[in-house]
Amino acid sequence: MIALFLRDLKLSIRAGGGALIGVLFFMTIVAVIPFGVGPDLNLLARIGPAIVWIGALLSALLGLDRLFQAEREDGSLDLLLMHETPLVLTVAVKCLAHWVGTSLPLVIASPLLGLFMNMDETAIAAVMLTLIVGSPAITFIGAVGAAVAVVLPRGGLLVSILVLPLTVPVLIFGVSATYAAVQEPAPFMPPFLILVAITLFFAALGPAAAALALRNSAE
Amino acid sequence: MSENSLAITKFSDLANPTRFLTLVARLLPWMAGTTVLLFALGLYLGFAAEGDYQQGETVRIMYVHVPAAWLSMMCYTVMAASAIGTLVWRHPLADVSAKTAAPLGAGFTLIALITGSLWGKPMWGTWWVWDARLTSVFVLFLMYLGLIALNRAMDDPSKAARVSAVLILVGFVNIPIIKFSVEWWNTLHQPASVVRLDGPTIDPEFLRPLLVMAVAFTVLFFTLHLAAMRNEILRRRVSAQRRLAARMAAREA
Repeated sequence: MIALFLRDLKLSIRAGGGALIGVLFFMTIVAVIPFGVGPDLNLLARIGPAIVWIGALLSALLGLDRLFQAEREDGSLDLLLMHETPLVLTVAVKCLAHWVGTSLPLVIASPLLGLFMNMDETAIAAVMLTLIVGSPAITFIGAVGAAVAVVLPRGGLLVSILVLPLTVPVLIFGVSATYAAVQEPAPFMPPFLILVAITLFFAALGPAAAALALRNSAE
Repeated sequence: MSENSLAITKFSDLANPTRFLTLVARLLPWMAGTTVLLFALGLYLGFAAEGDYQQGETVRIMYVHVPAAWLSMMCYTVMAASAIGTLVWRHPLADVSAKTAAPLGAGFTLIALITGSLWGKPMWGTWWVWDARLTSVFVLFLMYLGLIALNRAMDDPSKAARVSAVLILVGFVNIPIIKFSVEWWNTLHQPASVVRLDGPTIDPEFLRPLLVMAVAFTVLFFTLHLAAMRNEILRRRVSAQRRLAARMAAREA
Protein backbone atom coordinates (compact mmCIF):
# COMPACT_ATOMS: atom_id res chain seq x y z
CA MET A 1 0.00 0.00 0.00
CA ILE A 2 2.79 2.39 0.88
CA ALA A 3 4.56 1.35 -2.29
CA LEU A 4 1.43 2.10 -4.29
CA PHE A 5 1.09 5.45 -2.54
CA LEU A 6 4.67 6.42 -3.32
CA ARG A 7 4.38 5.18 -6.89
CA ASP A 8 1.29 7.26 -7.58
CA LEU A 9 2.80 10.27 -5.90
CA LYS A 10 5.96 10.04 -7.95
CA LEU A 11 3.99 9.57 -11.13
CA SER A 12 1.81 12.58 -10.47
CA ILE A 13 4.80 14.80 -9.71
CA ARG A 14 7.25 13.58 -12.32
CA ALA A 15 4.91 12.97 -15.21
CA GLY A 16 4.86 16.71 -15.75
CA GLY A 17 1.11 16.86 -16.01
CA GLY A 18 -0.36 16.76 -12.53
CA ALA A 19 0.70 19.05 -9.77
CA LEU A 20 2.32 21.92 -11.63
CA ILE A 21 -0.37 22.22 -14.26
CA GLY A 22 -3.03 22.16 -11.56
CA VAL A 23 -1.43 25.02 -9.67
CA LEU A 24 -0.90 26.98 -12.88
CA PHE A 25 -4.55 26.48 -13.86
CA PHE A 26 -5.60 27.59 -10.38
CA MET A 27 -3.52 30.77 -10.64
CA THR A 28 -4.83 31.49 -14.12
CA ILE A 29 -8.46 31.18 -13.06
CA VAL A 30 -7.93 33.46 -10.08
CA ALA A 31 -5.91 35.91 -12.16
CA VAL A 32 -8.62 36.12 -14.80
CA ILE A 33 -11.35 37.11 -12.31
CA PRO A 34 -10.11 40.72 -11.71
CA PHE A 35 -10.21 41.27 -15.46
CA GLY A 36 -13.84 40.27 -15.42
CA VAL A 37 -15.10 42.12 -12.35
CA GLY A 38 -12.66 45.04 -12.42
CA PRO A 39 -9.75 45.85 -10.11
CA ASP A 40 -11.87 47.11 -7.22
CA LEU A 41 -9.91 45.98 -4.16
CA ASN A 42 -12.83 46.11 -1.75
CA LEU A 43 -15.01 44.04 -3.99
CA LEU A 44 -12.19 41.57 -4.56
CA ALA A 45 -11.63 41.26 -0.83
CA ARG A 46 -15.30 40.50 -0.38
CA ILE A 47 -15.61 37.84 -3.08
CA GLY A 48 -12.01 36.62 -2.71
CA PRO A 49 -12.64 33.52 -0.58
CA ALA A 50 -15.35 32.34 -2.94
CA ILE A 51 -13.11 32.83 -5.98
CA VAL A 52 -10.20 30.99 -4.42
CA TRP A 53 -12.53 28.13 -3.52
CA ILE A 54 -14.06 27.91 -6.98
CA GLY A 55 -10.61 28.03 -8.56
CA ALA A 56 -9.38 25.25 -6.30
CA LEU A 57 -12.48 23.16 -7.05
CA LEU A 58 -12.05 23.48 -10.80
CA SER A 59 -8.33 22.78 -10.76
CA ALA A 60 -8.83 19.78 -8.46
CA LEU A 61 -11.19 18.37 -11.07
CA LEU A 62 -8.70 19.04 -13.83
CA GLY A 63 -6.54 15.98 -13.36
CA LEU A 64 -9.15 13.70 -11.89
CA ASP A 65 -10.30 11.88 -14.99
CA ARG A 66 -6.77 10.54 -15.36
CA LEU A 67 -6.88 8.87 -11.94
CA PHE A 68 -7.47 5.39 -13.38
CA GLN A 69 -7.05 6.06 -17.07
CA ALA A 70 -3.27 5.64 -17.19
CA GLU A 71 -3.52 2.37 -15.24
CA ARG A 72 -6.13 1.17 -17.64
CA GLU A 73 -3.96 1.96 -20.63
CA ASP A 74 -0.82 0.19 -19.43
CA GLY A 75 -2.75 -2.71 -17.95
CA SER A 76 -1.83 -2.25 -14.30
CA LEU A 77 -5.48 -1.65 -13.48
CA ASP A 78 -6.14 -5.34 -14.04
CA LEU A 79 -3.31 -6.17 -11.65
CA LEU A 80 -4.85 -3.89 -9.03
CA LEU A 81 -8.22 -5.56 -9.56
CA MET A 82 -6.76 -9.02 -9.11
CA HIS A 83 -4.77 -8.04 -6.07
CA GLU A 84 -5.54 -9.62 -2.72
CA THR A 85 -5.95 -6.37 -0.84
CA PRO A 86 -9.52 -5.06 -0.96
CA LEU A 87 -10.11 -2.86 -3.96
CA VAL A 88 -11.74 -0.23 -1.76
CA LEU A 89 -8.49 0.18 0.13
CA THR A 90 -6.47 0.42 -3.07
CA VAL A 91 -8.80 3.08 -4.40
CA ALA A 92 -8.65 5.00 -1.14
CA VAL A 93 -4.85 4.94 -1.20
CA LYS A 94 -4.82 6.10 -4.79
CA CYS A 95 -7.16 8.94 -3.86
CA LEU A 96 -4.88 9.98 -1.02
CA ALA A 97 -1.85 9.94 -3.30
CA HIS A 98 -3.75 11.98 -5.86
CA TRP A 99 -4.77 14.43 -3.17
CA VAL A 100 -1.22 14.85 -1.93
CA GLY A 101 0.04 15.14 -5.48
CA THR A 102 -2.44 17.66 -6.85
CA SER A 103 -4.69 19.17 -4.18
CA LEU A 104 -2.07 19.85 -1.53
CA PRO A 105 -0.07 22.12 -3.87
CA LEU A 106 -3.30 24.03 -4.48
CA VAL A 107 -3.76 24.49 -0.74
CA ILE A 108 -0.18 25.68 -0.42
CA ALA A 109 -0.63 28.09 -3.31
CA SER A 110 -3.86 29.53 -1.97
CA PRO A 111 -2.36 32.10 0.49
CA LEU A 112 -0.49 33.76 -2.36
CA LEU A 113 -3.68 34.05 -4.36
CA GLY A 114 -5.43 35.30 -1.24
CA LEU A 115 -2.92 38.16 -1.16
CA PHE A 116 -3.68 38.92 -4.80
CA MET A 117 -7.34 39.13 -3.84
CA ASN A 118 -6.59 41.64 -1.06
CA MET A 119 -7.92 39.32 1.64
CA ASP A 120 -6.85 39.88 5.25
CA GLU A 121 -4.87 37.35 7.30
CA THR A 122 -7.84 35.69 9.01
CA ALA A 123 -9.56 35.14 5.68
CA ILE A 124 -6.42 33.64 4.16
CA ALA A 125 -5.94 31.32 7.10
CA ALA A 126 -9.59 30.34 6.98
CA VAL A 127 -9.43 29.61 3.26
CA MET A 128 -6.37 27.44 3.77
CA LEU A 129 -7.94 25.57 6.64
CA THR A 130 -11.24 24.94 4.85
CA LEU A 131 -9.43 23.94 1.66
CA ILE A 132 -7.25 21.45 3.48
CA VAL A 133 -10.31 19.92 5.08
CA GLY A 134 -12.65 20.16 2.11
CA SER A 135 -10.48 19.23 -0.84
CA PRO A 136 -10.21 15.51 0.06
CA ALA A 137 -13.98 15.32 -0.39
CA ILE A 138 -13.59 16.63 -3.94
CA THR A 139 -10.97 13.97 -4.66
CA PHE A 140 -13.15 11.18 -3.23
CA ILE A 141 -16.21 12.29 -5.20
CA GLY A 142 -14.07 12.67 -8.29
CA ALA A 143 -12.74 9.13 -7.88
CA VAL A 144 -16.24 7.83 -8.64
CA GLY A 145 -16.31 9.91 -11.80
CA ALA A 146 -12.82 8.73 -12.72
CA ALA A 147 -13.82 5.10 -12.25
CA VAL A 148 -16.80 5.67 -14.53
CA ALA A 149 -14.57 7.41 -17.06
CA VAL A 150 -12.48 4.26 -17.43
CA VAL A 151 -15.12 2.66 -19.63
CA LEU A 152 -15.89 5.79 -21.59
CA PRO A 153 -14.23 6.06 -24.96
CA ARG A 154 -13.75 9.78 -24.39
CA GLY A 155 -14.43 10.68 -20.79
CA GLY A 156 -12.86 14.00 -19.85
CA LEU A 157 -15.52 16.63 -19.90
CA LEU A 158 -18.43 14.33 -19.12
CA VAL A 159 -16.79 13.34 -15.85
CA SER A 160 -16.52 16.96 -14.77
CA ILE A 161 -20.18 17.51 -15.62
CA LEU A 162 -21.20 14.47 -13.59
CA VAL A 163 -18.99 15.25 -10.63
CA LEU A 164 -19.47 19.00 -10.32
CA PRO A 165 -23.10 18.89 -9.08
CA LEU A 166 -22.09 16.51 -6.31
CA THR A 167 -19.36 18.82 -5.08
CA VAL A 168 -21.79 21.70 -4.56
CA PRO A 169 -22.27 20.98 -0.82
CA VAL A 170 -18.50 21.03 -0.29
CA LEU A 171 -18.30 24.41 -1.97
CA ILE A 172 -21.25 25.82 -0.03
CA PHE A 173 -19.92 24.88 3.38
CA GLY A 174 -16.30 25.63 2.56
CA VAL A 175 -17.13 29.16 1.50
CA SER A 176 -19.64 29.77 4.27
CA ALA A 177 -17.12 28.62 6.90
CA THR A 178 -14.57 31.03 5.45
CA TYR A 179 -17.01 33.91 5.52
CA ALA A 180 -18.04 32.98 9.04
CA ALA A 181 -14.41 33.31 10.14
CA VAL A 182 -14.20 36.82 8.67
CA GLN A 183 -17.58 38.29 9.47
CA GLU A 184 -18.05 38.53 13.20
CA PRO A 185 -21.59 37.47 14.20
CA ALA A 186 -21.64 34.18 12.30
CA PRO A 187 -20.02 31.30 14.20
CA PHE A 188 -17.17 29.50 12.44
CA MET A 189 -17.52 26.05 13.90
CA PRO A 190 -20.93 24.78 12.62
CA PRO A 191 -20.22 25.12 8.86
CA PHE A 192 -16.65 23.95 9.42
CA LEU A 193 -17.77 20.83 11.27
CA ILE A 194 -20.34 20.11 8.55
CA LEU A 195 -17.52 20.40 6.01
CA VAL A 196 -15.50 17.86 8.01
CA ALA A 197 -18.54 15.60 8.14
CA ILE A 198 -19.00 15.85 4.35
CA THR A 199 -15.36 14.92 3.81
CA LEU A 200 -15.60 11.91 6.12
CA PHE A 201 -18.87 10.83 4.52
CA PHE A 202 -17.43 10.90 1.03
CA ALA A 203 -14.22 9.28 2.26
CA ALA A 204 -16.39 6.27 3.07
CA LEU A 205 -18.78 6.45 0.11
CA GLY A 206 -16.41 7.55 -2.66
CA PRO A 207 -13.86 4.70 -2.68
CA ALA A 208 -16.60 2.10 -2.22
CA ALA A 209 -18.60 3.40 -5.17
CA ALA A 210 -15.46 3.82 -7.29
CA ALA A 211 -14.42 0.24 -6.53
CA LEU A 212 -17.89 -0.96 -7.48
CA ALA A 213 -17.73 0.93 -10.78
CA LEU A 214 -14.25 -0.40 -11.53
CA ARG A 215 -15.31 -3.98 -10.86
CA ASN A 216 -18.34 -3.61 -13.11
CA SER A 217 -16.39 -2.03 -15.91
CA ALA A 218 -13.69 -4.66 -15.82
CA GLU A 219 -15.93 -7.57 -16.76
CA MET B 1 -41.29 0.96 -8.62
CA SER B 2 -43.39 0.00 -11.54
CA GLU B 3 -42.10 -3.47 -12.22
CA ASN B 4 -42.12 -4.47 -8.55
CA SER B 5 -45.68 -3.45 -7.81
CA LEU B 6 -46.86 -5.22 -10.94
CA ALA B 7 -45.17 -8.49 -10.29
CA ILE B 8 -44.86 -9.18 -6.63
CA THR B 9 -46.08 -12.73 -7.17
CA LYS B 10 -43.74 -13.55 -10.00
CA PHE B 11 -40.94 -11.07 -10.03
CA SER B 12 -38.54 -13.40 -11.80
CA ASP B 13 -41.05 -14.01 -14.59
CA LEU B 14 -40.66 -10.40 -15.61
CA ALA B 15 -37.05 -10.99 -16.53
CA ASN B 16 -38.48 -12.42 -19.71
CA PRO B 17 -39.01 -9.37 -21.92
CA THR B 18 -41.78 -10.99 -23.93
CA ARG B 19 -43.86 -11.62 -20.83
CA PHE B 20 -43.21 -8.07 -19.73
CA LEU B 21 -44.28 -6.76 -23.12
CA THR B 22 -47.61 -8.65 -23.04
CA LEU B 23 -48.25 -7.37 -19.52
CA VAL B 24 -47.49 -3.82 -20.62
CA ALA B 25 -49.72 -4.18 -23.67
CA ARG B 26 -52.59 -5.21 -21.39
CA LEU B 27 -51.97 -2.53 -18.75
CA LEU B 28 -51.09 0.47 -20.84
CA PRO B 29 -54.54 1.40 -22.24
CA TRP B 30 -56.06 1.23 -18.75
CA MET B 31 -53.34 3.36 -17.26
CA ALA B 32 -53.54 5.89 -20.06
CA GLY B 33 -57.30 6.10 -19.59
CA THR B 34 -56.94 6.56 -15.83
CA THR B 35 -54.40 9.31 -16.43
CA VAL B 36 -56.74 11.21 -18.73
CA LEU B 37 -59.66 10.87 -16.33
CA LEU B 38 -57.61 11.95 -13.31
CA PHE B 39 -56.18 14.91 -15.18
CA ALA B 40 -59.65 15.98 -16.29
CA LEU B 41 -60.93 15.72 -12.72
CA GLY B 42 -57.85 17.37 -11.24
CA LEU B 43 -57.86 20.27 -13.67
CA TYR B 44 -61.61 20.77 -13.20
CA LEU B 45 -61.20 20.85 -9.41
CA GLY B 46 -58.17 23.08 -9.76
CA PHE B 47 -60.01 25.67 -11.81
CA ALA B 48 -63.23 25.37 -9.82
CA ALA B 49 -61.46 25.95 -6.50
CA GLU B 50 -61.45 29.46 -5.14
CA GLY B 51 -58.39 31.63 -5.55
CA ASP B 52 -56.32 32.34 -2.49
CA TYR B 53 -57.17 35.61 -0.71
CA GLN B 54 -53.54 36.67 -0.90
CA GLN B 55 -52.19 34.99 -3.99
CA GLY B 56 -55.30 35.33 -6.13
CA GLU B 57 -55.43 33.23 -9.26
CA THR B 58 -51.72 32.39 -9.29
CA VAL B 59 -52.29 29.81 -6.57
CA ARG B 60 -53.47 27.47 -9.33
CA ILE B 61 -49.88 27.13 -10.48
CA MET B 62 -49.44 25.03 -7.38
CA TYR B 63 -51.56 22.24 -8.87
CA VAL B 64 -48.92 21.67 -11.53
CA HIS B 65 -45.82 22.82 -9.70
CA VAL B 66 -46.07 20.75 -6.53
CA PRO B 67 -46.92 17.39 -8.18
CA ALA B 68 -44.17 17.88 -10.76
CA ALA B 69 -41.66 18.59 -7.99
CA TRP B 70 -42.77 15.49 -6.10
CA LEU B 71 -42.48 13.43 -9.24
CA SER B 72 -38.99 14.73 -9.97
CA MET B 73 -37.87 13.28 -6.65
CA MET B 74 -39.90 10.10 -6.94
CA CYS B 75 -38.48 9.45 -10.38
CA TYR B 76 -34.96 9.60 -9.00
CA THR B 77 -36.00 7.21 -6.25
CA VAL B 78 -37.33 4.82 -8.89
CA MET B 79 -34.01 5.13 -10.69
CA ALA B 80 -32.09 4.43 -7.50
CA ALA B 81 -34.22 1.35 -6.82
CA SER B 82 -33.60 0.19 -10.38
CA ALA B 83 -29.89 0.83 -9.90
CA ILE B 84 -29.93 -1.49 -6.90
CA GLY B 85 -31.79 -4.01 -9.04
CA THR B 86 -29.11 -3.70 -11.69
CA LEU B 87 -26.19 -4.07 -9.33
CA VAL B 88 -27.54 -6.67 -6.94
CA TRP B 89 -29.84 -8.92 -8.95
CA ARG B 90 -28.65 -8.07 -12.45
CA HIS B 91 -32.32 -7.87 -13.34
CA PRO B 92 -32.43 -7.11 -17.07
CA LEU B 93 -35.46 -4.88 -16.77
CA ALA B 94 -33.83 -2.78 -14.09
CA ASP B 95 -31.29 -1.55 -16.66
CA VAL B 96 -34.10 -0.54 -18.97
CA SER B 97 -36.07 1.04 -16.16
CA ALA B 98 -33.20 3.20 -14.93
CA LYS B 99 -32.28 4.29 -18.42
CA THR B 100 -35.78 5.27 -19.48
CA ALA B 101 -36.66 7.01 -16.22
CA ALA B 102 -33.88 9.59 -16.60
CA PRO B 103 -35.43 11.65 -19.44
CA LEU B 104 -38.83 11.52 -17.71
CA GLY B 105 -37.27 12.76 -14.49
CA ALA B 106 -35.51 15.54 -16.34
CA GLY B 107 -38.84 16.50 -17.90
CA PHE B 108 -40.70 16.65 -14.60
CA THR B 109 -37.85 18.58 -12.99
CA LEU B 110 -37.92 21.07 -15.84
CA ILE B 111 -41.70 21.49 -15.44
CA ALA B 112 -41.25 22.05 -11.71
CA LEU B 113 -38.50 24.61 -12.31
CA ILE B 114 -40.41 26.51 -15.00
CA THR B 115 -43.72 26.61 -13.14
CA GLY B 116 -41.89 27.53 -9.96
CA SER B 117 -40.24 30.37 -11.79
CA LEU B 118 -43.57 31.56 -13.20
CA TRP B 119 -45.05 31.40 -9.71
CA GLY B 120 -42.07 33.11 -8.14
CA LYS B 121 -42.30 36.18 -10.35
CA PRO B 122 -45.65 37.44 -9.00
CA MET B 123 -45.14 36.11 -5.45
CA TRP B 124 -41.50 36.76 -4.65
CA GLY B 125 -40.93 39.43 -7.29
CA THR B 126 -38.17 37.51 -9.02
CA TRP B 127 -37.87 34.68 -11.51
CA TRP B 128 -35.08 32.94 -9.68
CA VAL B 129 -33.37 33.05 -6.32
CA TRP B 130 -30.42 30.98 -5.19
CA ASP B 131 -32.38 29.50 -2.36
CA ALA B 132 -31.56 26.06 -0.99
CA ARG B 133 -34.59 24.28 -2.43
CA LEU B 134 -34.26 25.86 -5.86
CA THR B 135 -30.54 25.26 -6.04
CA SER B 136 -30.79 21.63 -5.02
CA VAL B 137 -33.57 20.97 -7.53
CA PHE B 138 -31.46 22.64 -10.20
CA VAL B 139 -28.59 20.34 -9.23
CA LEU B 140 -30.99 17.41 -9.57
CA PHE B 141 -31.84 18.60 -13.09
CA LEU B 142 -28.14 18.78 -13.97
CA MET B 143 -27.65 15.26 -12.61
CA TYR B 144 -30.46 13.92 -14.76
CA LEU B 145 -28.90 15.50 -17.83
CA GLY B 146 -25.47 14.16 -16.90
CA LEU B 147 -26.85 10.65 -16.50
CA ILE B 148 -28.60 10.85 -19.88
CA ALA B 149 -25.34 12.01 -21.45
CA LEU B 150 -23.45 9.17 -19.75
CA ASN B 151 -25.91 6.61 -21.07
CA ARG B 152 -25.62 8.04 -24.55
CA ALA B 153 -21.81 8.01 -24.44
CA MET B 154 -21.49 4.26 -24.12
CA ASP B 155 -22.21 1.67 -26.77
CA ASP B 156 -22.69 -1.43 -24.66
CA PRO B 157 -26.09 -1.04 -22.94
CA SER B 158 -25.51 -3.44 -20.06
CA LYS B 159 -22.15 -1.93 -19.16
CA ALA B 160 -23.62 1.55 -19.44
CA ALA B 161 -26.43 0.52 -17.11
CA ARG B 162 -24.08 -0.87 -14.47
CA VAL B 163 -21.75 2.11 -14.52
CA SER B 164 -24.54 4.66 -14.42
CA ALA B 165 -26.20 2.65 -11.63
CA VAL B 166 -23.19 3.42 -9.42
CA LEU B 167 -23.49 7.12 -10.20
CA ILE B 168 -27.25 7.09 -9.62
CA LEU B 169 -26.71 5.64 -6.17
CA VAL B 170 -24.03 8.19 -5.33
CA GLY B 171 -26.27 10.98 -6.57
CA PHE B 172 -29.12 9.76 -4.39
CA VAL B 173 -27.43 11.78 -1.62
CA ASN B 174 -29.11 14.80 -3.16
CA ILE B 175 -32.69 13.59 -2.60
CA PRO B 176 -32.74 13.96 1.21
CA ILE B 177 -30.99 17.28 0.75
CA ILE B 178 -33.83 18.49 -1.49
CA LYS B 179 -36.49 17.14 0.83
CA PHE B 180 -35.12 18.74 3.96
CA SER B 181 -33.47 21.81 2.44
CA VAL B 182 -36.45 23.96 3.38
CA GLU B 183 -36.18 22.85 6.99
CA TRP B 184 -32.41 22.93 7.42
CA TRP B 185 -31.99 26.32 5.82
CA ASN B 186 -34.56 28.96 6.56
CA THR B 187 -35.21 30.31 3.11
CA LEU B 188 -37.69 31.91 0.80
CA HIS B 189 -39.30 28.67 -0.32
CA GLN B 190 -41.99 27.60 2.11
CA PRO B 191 -41.53 24.45 4.20
CA ALA B 192 -43.50 21.27 3.66
CA SER B 193 -47.19 21.80 4.24
CA VAL B 194 -48.89 18.63 3.00
CA VAL B 195 -46.92 15.66 4.31
CA ARG B 196 -46.36 16.47 7.97
CA LEU B 197 -46.59 14.58 11.21
CA ASP B 198 -49.24 16.91 12.61
CA GLY B 199 -51.42 16.78 9.53
CA PRO B 200 -51.49 19.08 6.52
CA THR B 201 -51.48 22.82 7.24
CA ILE B 202 -52.96 23.58 3.87
CA ASP B 203 -56.66 24.32 3.54
CA PRO B 204 -58.80 21.36 2.33
CA GLU B 205 -60.14 23.63 -0.42
CA PHE B 206 -56.66 23.58 -1.98
CA LEU B 207 -55.67 20.17 -0.74
CA ARG B 208 -58.30 18.17 -2.66
CA PRO B 209 -57.37 19.28 -6.18
CA LEU B 210 -53.70 19.08 -5.24
CA LEU B 211 -53.96 15.46 -4.17
CA VAL B 212 -55.95 14.52 -7.27
CA MET B 213 -53.33 16.19 -9.43
CA ALA B 214 -50.56 14.42 -7.52
CA VAL B 215 -52.17 11.05 -8.19
CA ALA B 216 -52.72 12.04 -11.83
CA PHE B 217 -49.07 12.99 -12.25
CA THR B 218 -47.96 9.75 -10.62
CA VAL B 219 -50.11 7.63 -12.91
CA LEU B 220 -48.88 9.71 -15.85
CA PHE B 221 -45.31 8.99 -14.85
CA PHE B 222 -45.86 5.25 -14.61
CA THR B 223 -47.74 5.19 -17.91
CA LEU B 224 -44.95 7.04 -19.66
CA HIS B 225 -42.32 4.98 -17.90
CA LEU B 226 -43.88 1.68 -18.94
CA ALA B 227 -44.31 2.90 -22.50
CA ALA B 228 -40.70 4.09 -22.58
CA MET B 229 -39.49 0.76 -21.20
CA ARG B 230 -41.47 -1.07 -23.88
CA ASN B 231 -39.96 1.18 -26.56
CA GLU B 232 -36.48 0.63 -25.20
CA ILE B 233 -36.91 -3.16 -25.26
CA LEU B 234 -38.25 -3.01 -28.80
CA ARG B 235 -35.40 -0.72 -29.81
CA ARG B 236 -32.86 -3.17 -28.45
CA ARG B 237 -34.56 -5.99 -30.30
CA VAL B 238 -34.46 -4.05 -33.53
CA SER B 239 -30.78 -3.31 -33.16
CA ALA B 240 -30.10 -6.97 -32.31
CA GLN B 241 -32.02 -8.04 -35.42
CA ARG B 242 -30.11 -5.55 -37.53
CA ARG B 243 -26.82 -6.87 -36.25
CA LEU B 244 -27.96 -10.39 -37.01
CA ALA B 245 -29.05 -9.39 -40.50
CA ALA B 246 -25.72 -7.70 -41.14
CA ARG B 247 -23.91 -10.84 -40.03
CA MET B 248 -26.04 -13.01 -42.32
CA ALA B 249 -25.44 -10.66 -45.22
CA ALA B 250 -21.71 -10.79 -44.59
CA ARG B 251 -21.80 -14.57 -44.55
CA GLU B 252 -23.66 -14.75 -47.84
CA ALA B 253 -21.38 -12.35 -49.61
